[in-house]
Amino acid sequence: MSRGEDGEQADDGPQDPDSKKLAPIERKPRLLLMGLKRYAKITGVRYLVEANEDKCRSGKSSISNVVFRKMPPQDTLFLPTTTAILKESMHTFMDFQVWDLPGQIDYLDPNFDPDSIFGGVGAMVWVLDAVDNYMEPIGRLTETILHLQDSYPFIKFTVFIHKIDSIADDSREDVIRDIMQRITDDLYDAGLENPPINYYGTSIYDHSIFEGFSRVMQGLVPQLPIFENLLNTIKDRCHFEKLYLYDVYSKVYIASDTTPIAGSAYELGSDFIDLIVDLSEVHGWHRGNTQDSKMKAQQIYIEECGFEADFTQPVDPEVQLAESQVINFKGHHLYLREINV
Amino acid sequence: MATLNKMEKKKVLLMGKSGSGKSSMRNIIFSNYRAKDVRRLGATIDVEHSNIKFLGNLTLNLWDCGGQDAFTGTYLTTQKSHVFSNVGVLIYVFDVESRSFDRDLATYTSITNALAEFSPSADVFALVHKIDLVNPEFRVKVVANREAAIQEASGPFAKSLKVFGTSIWDQSLYKAWGSIVNSLIPNLDVMERYLWGLMGETKAEEITLFEKATFLAVMKVTSEIGKKNPYPDRDEKMSNIIKTFKASLAKFTGDTAGPDFCEKFCISAPKFALIIEELTKNTYVMVVLPPGEAEANCARLNIGIARKRFASMDVLSGQEHDEGQDEGSGGN
Ligand SMILES: Nc1nc2c(ncn2[C@@H]2O[C@H](COP(=O)(O)OP(=O)(O)OP(=O)(O)O)[C@@H](O)[C@H]2O)c(=O)[nH]1
Ligand SMILES: Nc1nc2c(ncn2[C@@H]2O[C@H](COP(=O)(O)OP(=O)(O)OP(=O)(O)O)[C@@H](O)[C@H]2O)c(=O)[nH]1
Ligand SMILES: [Mg+2]
Ligand SMILES: [Mg+2]
Repeated sequence: MSRGEDGEQADDGPQDPDSKKLAPIERKPRLLLMGLKRYAKITGVRYLVEANEDKCRSGKSSISNVVFRKMPPQDTLFLPTTTAILKESMHTFMDFQVWDLPGQIDYLDPNFDPDSIFGGVGAMVWVLDAVDNYMEPIGRLTETILHLQDSYPFIKFTVFIHKIDSIADDSREDVIRDIMQRITDDLYDAGLENPPINYYGTSIYDHSIFEGFSRVMQGLVPQLPIFENLLNTIKDRCHFEKLYLYDVYSKVYIASDTTPIAGSAYELGSDFIDLIVDLSEVHGWHRGNTQDSKMKAQQIYIEECGFEADFTQPVDPEVQLAESQVINFKGHHLYLREINV
Repeated sequence: MATLNKMEKKKVLLMGKSGSGKSSMRNIIFSNYRAKDVRRLGATIDVEHSNIKFLGNLTLNLWDCGGQDAFTGTYLTTQKSHVFSNVGVLIYVFDVESRSFDRDLATYTSITNALAEFSPSADVFALVHKIDLVNPEFRVKVVANREAAIQEASGPFAKSLKVFGTSIWDQSLYKAWGSIVNSLIPNLDVMERYLWGLMGETKAEEITLFEKATFLAVMKVTSEIGKKNPYPDRDEKMSNIIKTFKASLAKFTGDTAGPDFCEKFCISAPKFALIIEELTKNTYVMVVLPPGEAEANCARLNIGIARKRFASMDVLSGQEHDEGQDEGSGGN
């Protein structure tokens, strides 16, 4: 098993033969990471580098590096400020692009061609630094939403209330609620009721960023209802408690069954994937004689945690897909199965 | 057989300068702390004793000795015979970042002299700890340098001394402690014979026995194919990997991580299959196999059969054979 080191992160561009052949790269669903540094100084200047304002950076590049490039969170401390739009093509369970937008560009500047950025966007994630003074960015966010509403009504907005790890446990809820309230009020005053915005408290130092990202990605999966139905069916047939469909590489989950459960098994599931990947590294060395199935970047596993269930099912020896079980830890069971290489 | 039935209690001294990381490693190895949990540990006052049941009727009597000068002074004077008699193993921890290595060595020499006086047959392990703070390029060299100096300061133990570079942030800690507990376990040869027996009945590439609570590798046998595994440090890697996952399971179930991992774990991957099962009350067995259902099923059956055989071995089973009661020692 490999994490699919080769190819899945090629920067977009002409060297990528697949994307050239299939469709122009711009047609892939696009996910924008936005957020602001200080707004006050940005007046009609397109590219304004403010190197000494590092402390107001909200964490966009950190997020994209941690989720899609496996960067250890503590290493993000050394990320330079982004000065141009970073476009990355992802070929995992689906093809999509992540655009990391530098905080210092004024995208609402009338000289700016908005179509080049917002045309074809599937989702926009606004990364709001929960630690910094968030009044200014909120003003900017609502302005952006109002501005885009008319021309691009299909964009799904998500707000990551980010660096939530730096806020004391017992005031996190308050901060999140306060931010939601302010945004809702601002938009209401401007005449926009029930804006289509989701909010997640996130941090690169725990699973929350992966869980938040999962929800955003699910918004870009057109087949989501079909997946959910399938998972619901499997769940009922096998008496599972909860089922998730993961992308192994990013550990984003693409879908889950729709039954609510107390707490979340998502984190355990992604730790389970880590376990399998680590074990495979230690024991999956090349034996030489058996022919190794060619690994591609795209690998999908299914994972669940459930009651007693009969896991023994005939496996076609030709299709070498990984499978794993953790049987009976305090009465729980875990089952993981690769369904697509 | 008579020696097998006796409860064995081995005294283990954990010593070294204050702040060198003794209590940190004790809690990670024996109390399922994660590396990031140890920052809140306070300095140890005097000696913290813990009795750790290890492999049934082998009990480790661990003395975590506070390393502040005042305490070290009393170990070497008023409490000398109390501290240093009947010692099985001395583990001496050196902080790799220490600015006063010469002074550390002088203290270490006094300690080994006292040990030589009261427990001349003890084993000595020196750990060059917090090696994560050294640039990876220089780690091997730094440990080798320190090793030479420590050996010179070890007096009568210089020959048998073992030195490890360790860090709580990677598997090096498990390597050192695996080696330490191995020196304490009696009857390893009997165990090895049993494992070879199990090996013969399966197509296993490697069979490893792990102690349940610590997930330290106790013993392993490896086939010719298994020997080609390019990771010589796979035992400690496994300890690290499984302990990390145990913490995730514990977080999910809301229990503080106890000694159990799970009843059974298996994975069948394109290049290998792997089974981990409880073998006895105090051990897990890990079997690495070539891929395929048939091999795995066969191995599982044989583990079931082997379980009975191993259970008759007191040191593994932990059957309570208090005060020479001999019934139940299992018909062999
Ligand atoms: N505490 C904490 N710090 C974070 C988190 N995410 C990012 N950071 C820190 O925030 C700082 C800035 O991160 P970047 O990702 O470079 O910010 P950016 O939004 O890309 O900034 P620009 O490129 O200048 O727009 C870095 O020092 C990160 O370590 C988080 O979840 N928690
Ligand atoms: N970088 C690094 N720090 C470590 C390591 N092990 C322990 N520490 C740190 O060292 C500090 C002191 O650790 P303790 O375990 O309390 O030290 P001690 O040897 O028990 O000290 P006394 O009880 O006073 O003798 C803790 O803050 C740990 O976080 C390591 O491997 N690497
Ligand atoms: Mg950036
Ligand atoms: Mg201590």
